[in-house]
Amino acid sequence: MAEEMRIVLRNYGKIAPLKIDDYLTQGGYKSLEKARAMNTADLIAEVKKSNLRGRGGAGFNCGMKWSFAAGAQADQKYVICNADEGEPGTYKDRLIMENDPHTLIEGMAICAYAIGATQGYIYLRGEYPFLISTLNTAINQAREKGLVKNFDIEVRSGAGAYVCGEETALIESIEGKRGEPRFKPPYPPSEGLWSKPTIVNNVETFANIPVIIEKGADWYASIGNPAYPGTKVFTLTGDVNNRTFFEVPTSTTIREIVFQFGGGIPGGKKFKAVQIGGTSGAFIPEALLDTPVAFDSMSAIGATLGSGATFVIDESRDVVDVATRIAGFFEHESCGKCAPCREGTARTAELMEKINEGRGSNKDIALLEKLGNVMSYSCLCGLGQAAPAPVLTTIKHFKADYEAKFM
Amino acid sequence: MVNLTIDGIKVSVPEGSTILQAASEVGIKIPTLCFHPDQSIKANCRVCVCEVEGNRLLQAACAMPVFEGMVVKTRTPKVLEARKTILELILSNHPQDCLNCIRNGNCELQDLAQEYCIRENPFEYKVRGFEKDFSTPSLFRDQDKCILCRRCVEVCSVVQSVNALGLEGRGYDSMVVPTLGKALIDSPCIMCGQCIHACPVGAIGEIEQIDEFLAAVANPDKVVITQIAPAVRVAIAEEVGMMTGEMPMGTFVQGLRQIGFDHVLHTNFTADLTILEEGNELLKRLKEGGTLPMFTSCSPGWINFCETFYPDLLDNLSTCKSPQQMFGALVKTYWAEKMGIDPANIYSVSIMPCVAKKFEAARPEMNDSGYQDVDLVLTTREIGRLFRMSGLDFSRLPASDFDSWMGKYTGAAVIFGASGGVMEAALRTVYEVVTGKTLEDVNFVATRGITGIKEADVDLDGTVVKVAIANGLANARKLMEQVRAGESPYHFIEIMACPGGCIGGGGQPITKANVKRVERIEAIYAEDAGLPLRKSHDNPEVKTLYEEFLHEPLGHKSHELLHTHYHPKNKKFL
Repeated sequence: MAEEMRIVLRNYGKIAPLKIDDYLTQGGYKSLEKARAMNTADLIAEVKKSNLRGRGGAGFNCGMKWSFAAGAQADQKYVICNADEGEPGTYKDRLIMENDPHTLIEGMAICAYAIGATQGYIYLRGEYPFLISTLNTAINQAREKGLVKNFDIEVRSGAGAYVCGEETALIESIEGKRGEPRFKPPYPPSEGLWSKPTIVNNVETFANIPVIIEKGADWYASIGNPAYPGTKVFTLTGDVNNRTFFEVPTSTTIREIVFQFGGGIPGGKKFKAVQIGGTSGAFIPEALLDTPVAFDSMSAIGATLGSGATFVIDESRDVVDVATRIAGFFEHESCGKCAPCREGTARTAELMEKINEGRGSNKDIALLEKLGNVMSYSCLCGLGQAAPAPVLTTIKHFKADYEAKFM
Repeated sequence: MVNLTIDGIKVSVPEGSTILQAASEVGIKIPTLCFHPDQSIKANCRVCVCEVEGNRLLQAACAMPVFEGMVVKTRTPKVLEARKTILELILSNHPQDCLNCIRNGNCELQDLAQEYCIRENPFEYKVRGFEKDFSTPSLFRDQDKCILCRRCVEVCSVVQSVNALGLEGRGYDSMVVPTLGKALIDSPCIMCGQCIHACPVGAIGEIEQIDEFLAAVANPDKVVITQIAPAVRVAIAEEVGMMTGEMPMGTFVQGLRQIGFDHVLHTNFTADLTILEEGNELLKRLKEGGTLPMFTSCSPGWINFCETFYPDLLDNLSTCKSPQQMFGALVKTYWAEKMGIDPANIYSVSIMPCVAKKFEAARPEMNDSGYQDVDLVLTTREIGRLFRMSGLDFSRLPASDFDSWMGKYTGAAVIFGASGGVMEAALRTVYEVVTGKTLEDVNFVATRGITGIKEADVDLDGTVVKVAIANGLANARKLMEQVRAGESPYHFIEIMACPGGCIGGGGQPITKANVKRVERIEAIYAEDAGLPLRKSHDNPEVKTLYEEFLHEPLGHKSHELLHTHYHPKNKKFL
């Protein structure tokens, strides 16, 4: 029986978010103090050893990323928190920022010390304007207490573009340009904001840092799945009894997420599919539910862990209709920079509408598959590469539903 | 050096090279659309994707740096399917009117469609149906054809610092549009036409006026005369399948007679004249404390730029009209009188490397002959089309010579076609006028070449004149900011709007890379070196013009016909 384990949500409900003394009483900013007593190489080695992997979706080893920025020579470096939580159905970052903003600030400050940055940014989702004052108040409190010496954080609000969750598009947006991704390499740790070495980590990633420093890398590395240790916050939506959030070790299976924590399907209906990671996540059928949610095990079944958003649909739902709506979402959110995404998302949406309205054929399905595959390895950024996943996986697992649409 | 393998072939390239560069070293051409050799890497069209061993994702060859031991495959089934699908996607909303397109036969997308055997497109054909923008007299935009490579945006912003083009909308609704979505004429566009060269397809082109020309030729009442700009000859060869500079002047003149011109004259004649007027104007300003530095005024794109962005510096502009407009004013006065032709019947056509010249000819300032001084401007490309339409084989065509009066020229006029040429030509004359000595070495090499900003100090018998030359308007802007700040050390500044000068003008054969501009520059100086007369004041016909008609540089008649004043554009976006 899987159990909840709270690391990033450890202070949830226990402290008043904007009483810094509450946070300090819980041991807050002790990790920053401890980190500052270490030399930066040891500090980065510790983070690397914990095997904490980015919680934003790409799953890159966090300490490794930091080491690249630390090793880069530059007169200025930056730490950016990606709080552009744009995946529909995801609100884990909001939970952390709303309930424990200091844990984010502390995590960022530790990173800044490790890589030698003096300026940080929190790039906040445009739909979270109510968090601007929360974050700014917390930043001021930490500043007034002299806790974040030599490091300043500015909150930047996004303007609603989904693509700005992609780290280089986010950087372009901070620079005041169109929110469009850059080609990589160079990667942000060597050339990021204003062409300076930059670490971009997700809110949840930063929130893990103070605990890793406090309890040690070995402790953290032993939690959950060894290849992707620690915990993950899940947010449940759709046809599930408990539409809620929880934080579990990464060894937890999808079945446990949906049926144990989620309480199963309401109304005595049968499970149809679950989409994990956000809108670009794969649709997973019943047969694959015993997969652990860790990064690599999810990759192995052609799925992603992504943001941890978990969207459940029951047998009464029209999976083709759902995938059609998602295709429309990506047509709307493609930035338009690269040809396969700009044209491909539009054509995918067009073909899905055609099928959904009963005008399709097997030829359209074959074209969708070819187009989806090409997009998945040709597009400039993660948005275009991941956009076809819902279509491709629903075709793969629910082809009969597609064929049932043909007239 | 970095060692890698491309399609089984080992290659060593300098660190920092891209896959695209490494592949070309071993003779493997990777297709591109957004790539431009003189621009930043964009990696947005994705047709150059390749497989890199160990990577699930395909990598854009234009952007991906090589690394030691890298194994690249450029034509696996996965790669070919990706490229073909991307081309199909782009073509699915690209108008399929290649036969009517101004870039038919000279289109990067058309070439790729051929190379990748695109026959039936599986995607539904869906053209957006935007209205074409014909608002300027120089160039048009066809939004439907735009493939969003952004090369025009970069040339307009980075090379020209004009920023008339930008992006609007997102995703499938993304568009390259003139400033604030206005018509091109209401944007800061200075009509240099560099975007035409940057465009891989037919989304931007010159306003083609071949029909107007054919109508004039067909009209028995019209005497159709032409002037040829200095930069045209070296480039016209490229339009008819010859090497740059390879077409002899005599053959070119014969070609022009064949397509219907009654008289073939040369802008070079008024280029020499410009030197006498402008050289004397400079000396007058130096002597009498006039506004300095003086700027050249031959380049109409530059004039538009100055009127738009530096209206406060218009007094620095030489009052000389461009050679095209001096020619236009003289042909319907001096030449008409000399030839006994009623100027009302003269149809004056200029052949220019430039699209801004079309705008210049239509300026209200340019009617001093009592008529519109220049009736029609055809670009080098349009003349190329007329040559092809006429079925001329230039390898066999017998030579012909220019008509007399306004057909003679010196090497000083020829070099007007390259950046630095006007300056060098002026120095050749000014030196002899000021010092009274013969200039032994006429070559002022410091003024030559495609470098963005060049400068030189010229000793005129003890008086040092400081000069600067800029080509490309982002470079001009640097010099203008100095002048505006009162910190310019120069007396005389030559500006050409287009990179490399007129040889790289917006009306020249489609010029993707700057190396082609350099070739044309070399051809220009080779022509100058081979001419018997190389100083403008030695032009015998110009001497006769002064004796018979103008009497003296900057005299009364000159002011009436050859000089003008420009006015601030007062565009609201500034």
